[in-house]
Amino acid sequence: MNEPEKAFVRARGLRKEYGSGEGLVRAVDEVDVEVARGETLSIMGPSGCGKSTLLHLLGGLDRPTAGELWLAGRRIDGLSERALAQLRRHEVGFVFQAYHLMEELTAQENIELPVLLAGRSPGEARRRARQLLDQVGLADRADHLPSALSGGQRQRAAIARALANEPQLVLADEPTGNLDSAATLEVLRLFEALHAAGLTLVIVTHDERIAATANRLISMRDGAFVDETHLVGGTKGNLADLAGLGS
Amino acid sequence: MQQEVVLAMLAKEPSQGSQLRARLDRALGPLGDAMNDGQVYVTLGRLEKAGLVIREGAAGSPARPDRKVYVLTPAGEERVAEWLAEVSWPKPDLAEFHLKLTAAAAAGLADPIGIVDLQRRELLRRLRDVQRAAMAEPDHSDAGLLLEGIALRLQADLRWLESCERVWTDRRNER
Repeated sequence: MNEPEKAFVRARGLRKEYGSGEGLVRAVDEVDVEVARGETLSIMGPSGCGKSTLLHLLGGLDRPTAGELWLAGRRIDGLSERALAQLRRHEVGFVFQAYHLMEELTAQENIELPVLLAGRSPGEARRRARQLLDQVGLADRADHLPSALSGGQRQRAAIARALANEPQLVLADEPTGNLDSAATLEVLRLFEALHAAGLTLVIVTHDERIAATANRLISMRDGAFVDETHLVGGTKGNLADLAGLGS
Repeated sequence: MQQEVVLAMLAKEPSQGSQLRARLDRALGPLGDAMNDGQVYVTLGRLEKAGLVIREGAAGSPARPDRKVYVLTPAGEERVAEWLAEVSWPKPDLAEFHLKLTAAAAAGLADPIGIVDLQRRELLRRLRDVQRAAMAEPDHSDAGLLLEGIALRLQADLRWLESCERVWTDRRNER
């Protein structure tokens, strides 16, 4: 059942339906997608186009109605609940628009939790959390509750938590949807660092400014892909011209 | 480079050409790279000829008597004040692209949606360059603010292209 690992994430004919009969909705409609190891892919489209549902399918948060799905060469669409939970804990990191931090735990504890759930010792969890908080620039906020953090800081804590068990794949759903432009840039810089470290990223967004930072952009409408753009490679314009500084 | 920009940059204090250049570089960050020193000096020369600036020996630098500073004349100060009060804004040139689509469709020469796609890809790549430049700027930098403006304009253009694509797709399907 294993594929030679060319694409890190691979979906064939992926479909997700809700409801039945007249009320049947195809949130994801026969999607084929491949994401290379180390690639940053953004999926853009209006709300309701199915992009979040697709992301949930890719990360094992939800099960497809039909289709085949591979992660790191392993077929995952037929996994048991238990095996899916394992996969989510160890192989995938999730970042959400609303952060989804535990409000009663400190930033540090929020990051320790998934490490502990993965069966590692409290000491290891503490060390890992410290290291990640440092990496996302929150070393001095370790003991703060999420409510005492700014939106940008919460999202950075959430990114640190997503990295807790060293996943190879990070899936982000509107990661900057609640952030101002300075905090958005901080999140984009963090993603760039993850990309540089070899992680595979899939970012779902309705914001062109976020989507454009990826290697590749896919546009989605009504559950299906409608366009694909490779973004790496030179442009004809230059920055100064864009600012009206051309001579 | 617009003359008024150089003139207004002098309003802070009498300055040498190199000091003006440094001020522009701070405000423009990576966008300043496209500007060469010559442009600043050529502009200063024109402003001098127009009587808007004069060159004076720098006070307090007797060791470098050759270094001259540029100073605004009263006419120059007046021009700066006028420029600051002017309401001007670059005109976006969308009509040309709009007419390109219309003409292509009418003559059956090219698929308007294909034209939109090409344009969209180009703008996305530009947006990527702008965003990467913004990510490389320190927080709250002047250049970062300019880059944000460029990114927002590109985003607006991309959204308009999306409307173009939708409308032309519907028209094609109706035929």
